[in-house]
Amino acid sequence: MGRYIVRRLLWVVFVLFVITLITFLIFFVMPPTDPAINFAGRQPTTELVAEVRHQFGLDKPLVVQIGLFYKRIFFGDEYGWPGMGFSFVTRSALKPIILGRLSVTMQLALGAAMMWVLLGIPTGILSALRPRSIFDRLAMGFALIGVSAPVFFLGPLFLYLFWYKLRLAPGSGYYSIGQYGLGTWASHFIMPWIVLALLYAAFYARMTRANLIETMGQDYIRTARAKGLPERRVVFKHGLRASLTPVVTMFGLDLGALLGGAFITETVFNLPGIGAYAIKSVASGDLYAILDVTIIAGFFITFANLVVDVVYAFLDPRVRYS
Amino acid sequence: MPEPLLEVRDLKVHFPTEDGLVKAVDGVSFTLQPGETLGVVGESGSGKSVTFLTVMGLVTTDQAVIEGEVLFRGQDLLKLPKDEMRNIRGSKISMIFQDPMTSLHPFYKVGYQIAEAIRTHQQVSKHEAHDQAVEMLRKVGIPKPEERASQYPHEFSGGMRQRAMIGMALSLNPDMLVADEPTTALDVTVQAQILDLIDRLKAEFNASVVVITHDLGVVAEHCDDIQVMYAGKIVEFGNRRDIYYGPHHPYTWGLLGSISRLDSTSKERLQPIKGLPPSLIFVPPGCAFHPRCPYAFDRCRTDVPELLPVDGHHASACHLSLADKERIFQEEVMVRR
Repeated sequence: MGRYIVRRLLWVVFVLFVITLITFLIFFVMPPTDPAINFAGRQPTTELVAEVRHQFGLDKPLVVQIGLFYKRIFFGDEYGWPGMGFSFVTRSALKPIILGRLSVTMQLALGAAMMWVLLGIPTGILSALRPRSIFDRLAMGFALIGVSAPVFFLGPLFLYLFWYKLRLAPGSGYYSIGQYGLGTWASHFIMPWIVLALLYAAFYARMTRANLIETMGQDYIRTARAKGLPERRVVFKHGLRASLTPVVTMFGLDLGALLGGAFITETVFNLPGIGAYAIKSVASGDLYAILDVTIIAGFFITFANLVVDVVYAFLDPRVRYS
Repeated sequence: MPEPLLEVRDLKVHFPTEDGLVKAVDGVSFTLQPGETLGVVGESGSGKSVTFLTVMGLVTTDQAVIEGEVLFRGQDLLKLPKDEMRNIRGSKISMIFQDPMTSLHPFYKVGYQIAEAIRTHQQVSKHEAHDQAVEMLRKVGIPKPEERASQYPHEFSGGMRQRAMIGMALSLNPDMLVADEPTTALDVTVQAQILDLIDRLKAEFNASVVVITHDLGVVAEHCDDIQVMYAGKIVEFGNRRDIYYGPHHPYTWGLLGSISRLDSTSKERLQPIKGLPPSLIFVPPGCAFHPRCPYAFDRCRTDVPELLPVDGHHASACHLSLADKERIFQEEVMVRR
């Protein structure tokens, strides 16, 4: 198991290496314009462009540039470790910006994740235990809407209804807990949490329901009943154990993907997260910022995959890695 | 005659479906004596499994319309509240199933699964229950039971899993064990071992056993009485001798004709029963077997034959006269064997 994890970690590093290499090539090599001109500001002089080019090592051969780039990531730069470089838009170090943005995305993603788990899984269980009941039909009806309604539709709708019309919730924007206190922080997060969670909750409810219904038809459930176990134990011990394992897998992957940036939700609710920053960086051609957010998203996704695989080995005794 | 352990009276189990009413069990009556082994034989869909799943309370009134009586030690199980039935299930009556590959929970250790059954019905500590589980594994002939108890089902072979299932079923010393196709999914060599094990444990635990099978060959040496089921009804009932050496129902003849025998001198091929079992929604009128019966005559197409005893024990549901049955069996069925 230990060796398996080490091998998988090396694999994560390799995948990140490839991702950054491709990103580097896309943004530094492929554009026909000289990146140094981009960095040098409006109407730069030839000398300024040359200076910028030298300052960022863009006059060196491509291989050296890439090497320097990786060296910075692994060994840090003048702004600390890991070296995240310098933003040409804000003309400041990227590390504090990225970390701040990452924290906002985490607050959004973790809060929403808690909501969708608490909402989706119990709904799925209740639906599965009473298939075709009124509750099941209502829940699955809502789930269908939830799965089909995109965040860029639901988000503005919520803002219009609950903020603009009904004044039940405060508007968009990020109010940090340190500066504004728990109440203000939470009240501004509640709508983004709900909107983001609804989509996933719907998906999880449907998945839990389908899995549990399938599991309850298995032979070992009949065995559990034949043993004379109380129905509650049959469902919660024997049924859920088998049917929630794939849901746990799904959860790991979804959370991993979200931590790399909830692009639409952050944009709709004007939250300064990593996803919104990625969009902004691409729009302004802030090359190092683009590389950083790409690496971060790639890291969360590959790492979540690893965590899920390891957790799976603990959940399902039939799975063993060697 | 002692009081029967189990007496089923005119049991009907009908499943309402979108296509119509599925009459899985349609008027079945029989008794099981203490210590007896009863074989229940029939093709898929003959109602043999559903009959005993209903006895176990595993088919419930939520799923099906259930009529009749299931008297266990004189008490009607169908009228028992769910919780009381649950207490009987697994402790007084237990059941093992066809496929040991899927009948054990893949995520729990085998010892734990047996201990769980024990703890459901007895007030014992986890530790005691585990020790009892290990002891049961030893009794069913699993080598190194201490080690095996802490393994998962996927680490067991098919035969070992079925042994573990039997151990689980007998762990509470039940009065009655229902074995639903206990050997169907196993290798031929393992089949005999499992049936011998059931025989041995039956004596040790002093239990009655019901063996459900589609293979008359399986029950041959292990059963006292045999009942043959077709389309939700019992078509023939008798002791082992009656069924093997003087069966009275054309369906039983057909089943006997489909047993392969290594010692057969006859060069003839196996004689399968022609056609398929009927749909349980549209059961043929008259005798349900008549469309597949080579001896059917007019009456078979209109009148449902009753299960009538010939000599107090051996009974068959067929319109042929006794003389005809004996003649046909001797002249046409025996010669093929």
